[in-house]
Amino acid sequence: MFPQLIDTRPLRRAIDDGLNWVVRNWGDGFEAAAYPLLMLLKGIEDLLIATPWWLIIAILTGIAWLATRSWKLPLVVLLSLLFLGLMDLWKDAMTTMALMIAATLTAIVVSIPVGVWMSRSLNVRKIFTPVLDLMQTLPSFVYLIPTVMIFGPGKIPALIATIVYAAPPLIRLTDLGLRSVDPAVMEASRAFGTNPRQRLLGVQIPLALPTILAGINQTTMMALSMVVIASMIGAGGLGYQVLQGIGRLEVSRGLFAGLGIVVLAIIFDRITQSFGKQLQGRIGLAEAKS
Amino acid sequence: MSIEANPNLAIAMRGVTKIFGDNPQVALEMLRSGRSKADVQAETGHVVGLDNVSLDIAKGQIFVVMGLSGSGKSTLIRHVNRLIEPTAGEIIVDGTDVLTMTLAQLRSYRRSSVAMVFQKFGLLPHRSVIDNVAYGLEVRGVAKKQRTEEAAKWIEIVGLAGYENSQPRQLSGGQQQRVGLARALALDTDIILMDEAFSALDPLIRSGMQDQLIELQKSLGKTILFITHDFDEALKIGDRIAVLKDGALQQEGKPEDIVLRPANEHIEEFVRQVNKARAIHVRSIMERGATEPCERSVPMDARCEDVLPLFAEHQWVGVLDNDGNQIGRVTAKQVIKALARYSPDAA
Repeated sequence: MFPQLIDTRPLRRAIDDGLNWVVRNWGDGFEAAAYPLLMLLKGIEDLLIATPWWLIIAILTGIAWLATRSWKLPLVVLLSLLFLGLMDLWKDAMTTMALMIAATLTAIVVSIPVGVWMSRSLNVRKIFTPVLDLMQTLPSFVYLIPTVMIFGPGKIPALIATIVYAAPPLIRLTDLGLRSVDPAVMEASRAFGTNPRQRLLGVQIPLALPTILAGINQTTMMALSMVVIASMIGAGGLGYQVLQGIGRLEVSRGLFAGLGIVVLAIIFDRITQSFGKQLQGRIGLAEAKS
Repeated sequence: MSIEANPNLAIAMRGVTKIFGDNPQVALEMLRSGRSKADVQAETGHVVGLDNVSLDIAKGQIFVVMGLSGSGKSTLIRHVNRLIEPTAGEIIVDGTDVLTMTLAQLRSYRRSSVAMVFQKFGLLPHRSVIDNVAYGLEVRGVAKKQRTEEAAKWIEIVGLAGYENSQPRQLSGGQQQRVGLARALALDTDIILMDEAFSALDPLIRSGMQDQLIELQKSLGKTILFITHDFDEALKIGDRIAVLKDGALQQEGKPEDIVLRPANEHIEEFVRQVNKARAIHVRSIMERGATEPCERSVPMDARCEDVLPLFAEHQWVGVLDNDGNQIGRVTAKQVIKALARYSPDAA
C-alpha cells in the first residue's frame, strides 16, 4: 500500500465546495450563455421532426448522389433511412441526428479557428495538445457530472459533453492540414507579396480542405458514439431507447436502436468521406504529392 | 559601407552573409575572425549559407548565378525579395535598401518590383491556369476583368493559349513552368527572379524554354536573375555569370571570361565539361581591325560553333558589326586555340 503522505480530503472538499459555489452564483449566467446552443439544437430538432419523412429521404439521397455521382451510395442511404422508418425509429433518429448536427456545427465553429491558431504558433500548439489529449481520454462521466450540476439534466449538458468529446479530432486535423500544405506553394504565395490573411484564405484553407473534411467526418462519428451516454442525462433519441432496453432487459429494443445508430453513422460517414474524396480529386492533391 | 545609388544597377549586394542556426551572431564573429566554414560548423553547429557575397547586377541583363547544390545559390536569390533574411550585409534594389523595409513596404515591394519563378513551379493546384497567372495581380488588387485580360495575354505569349481553364495538374512539367513564367511576367516587374526554373524539365523542353526566355528578355528588357546548376545553361542564357561554391563567390564575369580565364581549379572543372564552342563568341578571339573583306562572314554575336563549319571552305571568316561593316576576322587556328583545353602554364 502506498503510504498516505498528504490528506486529500480537504482538497476534494475545496473542489466540491468550489463547484457548488459556482453553481449557486454563476449557474444562471452559464445557462443564459448556453441558451443559443439550446436554441440551435431545438431549432434543428424541430425542423427535422416537422419535415415529412419522404422529403428527408429525398434530400439525404440527393446529397449522397451529389457526393459520389453514382447510384451505389444513394441506394445505401435510401435503404438505411427506410430501415429507420420501418423499425419505428424515425422520430428518435431525427432527435439523435439533431444532436449530432448541432454538436458538429458548434465544433466546426470552435475548432477551425483553434486549429488555425495552433498551426501558426508552436507555443499555442504546445498548450493545446495536452488539453486535447485530456478531452479525448478523460472519461466523459467526469465532466458530465459538473455540467449536469451547472445546467441541470437536459439537452444542454448532453450537447456540451458531445462537443467536448467530438471537437478534438477536427482541431487536430485542421492544424495538421494547414501545416502540411506544400511549402513550395506557400513560398510562392509569399513571394507575390500576400499578407497572412490572403495566404490563409486563398492558399492554406483551400488546400487543407480535404484534411479538414476528414476531421469533420471524425467529429460526426464521435458525436454519434456519444448518443447513449448523452441520453443518460436527457438527450433522448436512439440512445434513450438503448438505455431503456438495458434497463428493462429488452434485448430487441436495445438491438434495433443500436442498429439505428449504426445506420446513421454509415450514412454520415460515407457522405462526408465521398465529399472529401471529390474535393481531393478536384484539387489534384494526389498527383501534386507524388 | 553604404552603396552609392547607381542608376544602372538593378540589384546590388554588399557583403551578404547568411548563417543558419540559433545564434548566428556568434558564428558570424568566428567567420569574420578568419575561421573556415567547416570550423564554424564543427564548433557551433551553425551552417554558413552565404559568405560575404557582393554582386552588382546591371539593369536589362540576364545575370546567372551558377553553383552545385549546397553552394548557396537558392539562398542567394531568396535574399533579393527577402524570403530569407541575411545575417549581415546590404541589399539594394533599384536604389532602395530592401533590408530596412517594414513588413507593409516589403509586401508592396514584392507585389510591384520583383516577381519570382520557382524550380518546383509553386502553382496553386486548386486554381485554373488563368487564375494562377492572374494570382499576382489579384494579390496586388487589380480588378477581375482587367487581371483576366492581362493573364490571357501572357498565357498567349508563353504559348499556352487554349489551356486557360485547365488545372495545373493536367499540364506537363514544361507547360506548368510556362504558367509559372507567365505568372511572373504578368506582374510586369522590372526584375524577375528565376530559381532553377528550368532544372526540372526535359532537355529538349528546357532548351526551348531557354530560347524563349532569351527572346522575351530582348523584347521586354527585364533584369533577370537566373539560378542554375547547369553550366551549359548559364553559358547559353547569361549576359554575365557568377559562380558560387560553398556560399562564397568564386568568379564573376562574362561567359567567355569564365571559359577562357577560369579563376580557379573548381571553375576549371566546370569549363572542362562544357561545349566551349557554344560559350565563346568569335568577337572575343578575332583579329581586330580593318582587314580585306572575307568571302564569308558572320555577325558579331556569332559563337565558335557557328563558324566552325565555314572553315571547311574558307581560310578566313569575317566578323561584321550590326551595320554590316567588317570589324575583324578569325582563322581556324584561332578558334582551335581558344577551344583547346585551358592550361595555366601555356597562358
